Amino acid sequence: MNVNDIMSKPGCWLGEAGPLSDIVISSRIRLARNVAGYPFLSRATHSQRNDLAKFLRERLEGSRFQSGFTYLDVDELDELSCQVLVERHLVSRQLVEAKGARGVSVSDAQNTVVMVNEEDHLRMHVVGPGMQLDELWTVVNELDDSIESEVDYAFHPRYGYLTACPTNVGSGIRVSVMLHLPALKLTGEIERVLRAAKDMNLAVRGLFGEGTEATGDFFQVSNQVTLGRAEKEIVSEFRSTIVPRIVEYERMARQALLDEKSRALDDRIFRSYGTLRHARTISSEETLLHLSHLRLGVHIGRIKDVPVTVLNELFLETQPAHLQKMHGGGKLTGEQRSAARADLTRQKLGNA
Amino acid sequence: MHPSCQLCHEQPATVHLTNILDGGEKRERHLCDACAEKEGVLPKPVNVMAQLSAFVETSKGSAQQVAGLTCPQCKLSFVEFRNKGVLGCPGDYDAFAKALVPLIERAHQGASHHVGKTPRRLGVARSTDGDLIRLRRELTRAVDDERFEDAAQLRDTIRSLETT
Repeated sequence: MNVNDIMSKPGCWLGEAGPLSDIVISSRIRLARNVAGYPFLSRATHSQRNDLAKFLRERLEGSRFQSGFTYLDVDELDELSCQVLVERHLVSRQLVEAKGARGVSVSDAQNTVVMVNEEDHLRMHVVGPGMQLDELWTVVNELDDSIESEVDYAFHPRYGYLTACPTNVGSGIRVSVMLHLPALKLTGEIERVLRAAKDMNLAVRGLFGEGTEATGDFFQVSNQVTLGRAEKEIVSEFRSTIVPRIVEYERMARQALLDEKSRALDDRIFRSYGTLRHARTISSEETLLHLSHLRLGVHIGRIKDVPVTVLNELFLETQPAHLQKMHGGGKLTGEQRSAARADLTRQKLGNA
Repeated sequence: MHPSCQLCHEQPATVHLTNILDGGEKRERHLCDACAEKEGVLPKPVNVMAQLSAFVETSKGSAQQVAGLTCPQCKLSFVEFRNKGVLGCPGDYDAFAKALVPLIERAHQGASHHVGKTPRRLGVARSTDGDLIRLRRELTRAVDDERFEDAAQLRDTIRSLETT
């Protein structure tokens, strides 16, 4: 499997629908681990970095858990392929932008990923559509056990799993959910939700996680505390308190819009639908905005002839690197990309 | 236009002195730097930084100690960690414990002890970890210095530690 094969599949988190998927786009859990006896990457020499990459690659390719996985040497990948992986949320920008030996092991279903030599020696994550954190915890916990059976982790009796940045120390866990909150955004109540999240020590980021601002209608909510709280406790708080509460707010906001401003809401939804079906050139930012409205329209039953899977494909494929890959991998200018993007959305939404 | 030095009459006067004599009479002198120095009328230079750091040292002895912390294994200093935000090796958690614990507690709602999953295998937090890091650093240095006999010996030691 190479990057082209990866691209030819829909990618797990935007594939089929999951629980609460009218609002929860995807769930994700990642663990940060380091190999005992080696310095963290900022202090690792060139040869130590190579040793780590080689050692971990061998373990990952040999481990029983890893059948059906492909290891990609990121140092060998061209820029466009790297960008495709980032757009699919398989790897972080940080991994792509780093230098030296590093890689990523991706499962065939693209729902399990292990990054090697990112900020920590190992960053593994599992992702699934909708709200399914309990299931994901079981999977990532087993993956961690299977890697641990062959790798000595840096572990401290007091601080737990040791990480390059002390903000991840302890369990090294980051539980996150990607939420679609267009109604809260339209009614302006999103600010209250964001404040409440901050008060609960949660981080709120944009579509692309760390370092991206929470703009648009998509929000990634994740835990920040990793020490002094068991993984299951964090997962359970997301399942029983955090996510249901935000989902309920969004549903109330959607209902309020339907009750009080249904014409304005419909106008917005159908204008977005019209734009996507007829535009001849469109930016990725504008596409994202209209796809968000269209998604809302589908989930509140206003638009009945667009399957969510088509919307999900468009989310992925209208991004710059995906568009360029689909056009043979040649460099497209911004203008050419906007044209290609408009052509693709028209074609997928069944209009000329 | 600056008046010229009253002594050499060549350089511009840059030092301006006003002496008040016993009788209350004022006497002004305008000298250039060189002549002022010769006359010994320049004020002694005050090392502000030295005074400041002396003050900091006496008033904040512990802060100075913290800033001076360096990890014996990876040689990262605490100051470097504060600038970059990432630690150099697992040993830093012990080497910087005193300075790190308040930061860790602030980042984790007051917690300073791990709760949750622990590695299944015993002996993971091995006491040889620090040795391994140190030995690997020495190995790199030996290779850089082309001391290949030392390097071979170090490599053997590392291998034997790794397999224990």
